Amino acid sequence: MKVSSMAIRSLDAFARMSIGRALSSGIGMVAGGFLILLVLVAVFAPLIAPFDYADQNLMNANAAPGWPHVLGTDEFGRDVLSRVIYGARTSLSVSATAIAISMAAGMTLGAAAGYFGGFFERAVMTVVDLTWSFPDILIALIFVAIIGPGLTSTTFAIAIAYLAQFTRLTRAQIVRLKRETFIEATINLGAKPSHILLKHLMPNAMAPVIVVGMLAIGDGIVLEATLGFFGLGAQPPTPSWGAMMSSGTAQLFLSPWVIIFPGVAVAITVIAVNLFGDELIRSLDIRDRLRGA
Amino acid sequence: MLSVRDLGVAFGMVQPLSGVSFSVNKGETLGIVGESGSGKSLTAMSVMGLLPLSGGRITGGSVEFDGQDLTKLPERAYRKLRGGRIGLITQNPMTSLDPLQKIGPQVDDVAKLHLGLDGAEARARTEDILGTLRIPEPSLICERYPHQMSGGMKQRIVIAMALAADPDVLIADEPTTALDVTVQAQIIRLLDDLVKERDLALVLITHDMSVVAQTCDKIVVMYAGRAVEHGPVEEIFDRPRHPYTQALIACIPRGLDDATRLTGIEGTVPTVLNYPKGCPFHPRCPRAEAICATDPPEFSVAGDSAAACHFAEVANAQPA
Repeated sequence: MKVSSMAIRSLDAFARMSIGRALSSGIGMVAGGFLILLVLVAVFAPLIAPFDYADQNLMNANAAPGWPHVLGTDEFGRDVLSRVIYGARTSLSVSATAIAISMAAGMTLGAAAGYFGGFFERAVMTVVDLTWSFPDILIALIFVAIIGPGLTSTTFAIAIAYLAQFTRLTRAQIVRLKRETFIEATINLGAKPSHILLKHLMPNAMAPVIVVGMLAIGDGIVLEATLGFFGLGAQPPTPSWGAMMSSGTAQLFLSPWVIIFPGVAVAITVIAVNLFGDELIRSLDIRDRLRGA
Repeated sequence: MLSVRDLGVAFGMVQPLSGVSFSVNKGETLGIVGESGSGKSLTAMSVMGLLPLSGGRITGGSVEFDGQDLTKLPERAYRKLRGGRIGLITQNPMTSLDPLQKIGPQVDDVAKLHLGLDGAEARARTEDILGTLRIPEPSLICERYPHQMSGGMKQRIVIAMALAADPDVLIADEPTTALDVTVQAQIIRLLDDLVKERDLALVLITHDMSVVAQTCDKIVVMYAGRAVEHGPVEEIFDRPRHPYTQALIACIPRGLDDATRLTGIEGTVPTVLNYPKGCPFHPRCPRAEAICATDPPEFSVAGDSAAACHFAEVANAQPA
């Protein structure tokens, strides 16, 4: 209890300072602002979307953008704008949840492997490396085979796909930091392993992991879209950007808006996430941060 | 308080330290001197029980502290001693502090850990200690990050951390090596005052003979992982009997007298892998004879001091 609250407190303070500063630069503000807007859109989708995402109107199928369907309608006459808005929910929540799971598991495994070393480290790293040898799609297929298609499989597939990256990165950081003089100094002062790991090693190891995590959210959105595109992700009528593009391919020349708008949504979101990630890299350097302040 | 007897250390097959003995009492300063690679820091690590971390082990002898043999102490109990009753000040203050944490919390943690103080009590204690170390405006310093401070200031913080739990023994491993000369003098004076004020037992590890002359009561001279001479500081400086000690003393710069040039000792310290047979110093020793290359010398005692040299009896007749 005490140990976990300690970890959360240091993580929290760290995140607050860095994200605030990443937002204060020009590019960071635009990218971060867009992401915040996107999250708001996803959260308040029912209030914003002009139509129900599942409302079919076959009389008005494949209608071109215009009024009242601003971005047109798909092959079932469903409003594309409403579906893109609701799709943000799926894309963001699946990707963010998956990366959060992946980061938490990867950091725990990586930190423990790096800190304790020995047989434990080799066992963990071998298993983790194994996940890296499977293509993401294959991992997703395994989950689909086990729990059936849907967002849960997608989430776990994305989480597993990125696990190795977080584990390796955290482990490398911990192994490097473990030899730093200030860690030796902490040992000399009689600190317990849990104290050294949570209060000194983890906070110092976290900066690159957070940045990679941010960038991985972008990749996760693409991966979710890919899985959706192959029909392994969100099942109809749940809107997901990938699934929408998949169904749009059939009418690519007849009604290109069905595929273009979700594609644009994916592209802009991923660009925004990456730009914000870049700003985060800069803001996580504590020396740089204090010089600016 | 702390007494090390015939300590030997091995890393796998190599034996970088053997036959090191010394003892230090409250209110006393012991200097351990020698060139780089002579085993000074390794001695400190052994006392702190840090050898297992780097793959070393104690092969013989004892480290006795307050009546218990530390070589047999389990890690968990050792942790209570480290920072609690034995403080260690390391060589490099620049990198000895956590770069992401403010000074205050870092120092507070020591008192919280060893004395069980709560946040406010620990902070009050921290500011108090920073004050006694002549750090201006302790409450402001507590809010600083390590990179915002000078090297001398960081070294004081490191000393503050070592003192935070009121230890009985302080081991300072080259505490001034990374600092400017002017700051060096301040830190040495500070340590000297602490010994007197707090009745500490200080083990000062250094390669600077002039620092030893100023501050220490006793000294141990180390060479190639062995103690070659030990005794009260006046005796050693007045009548050094080991040729190596004589050479070290001869190397102290003596001001701007243009008749004297800086002297050095020919050759280099042997590495662990090629420690010479017999007396480890014989390849560089001006008075070496055949016996020095074959038989390791025994300590020859004279008064309170002892030197491990075959010719210790005659050595002080004509100091180098």
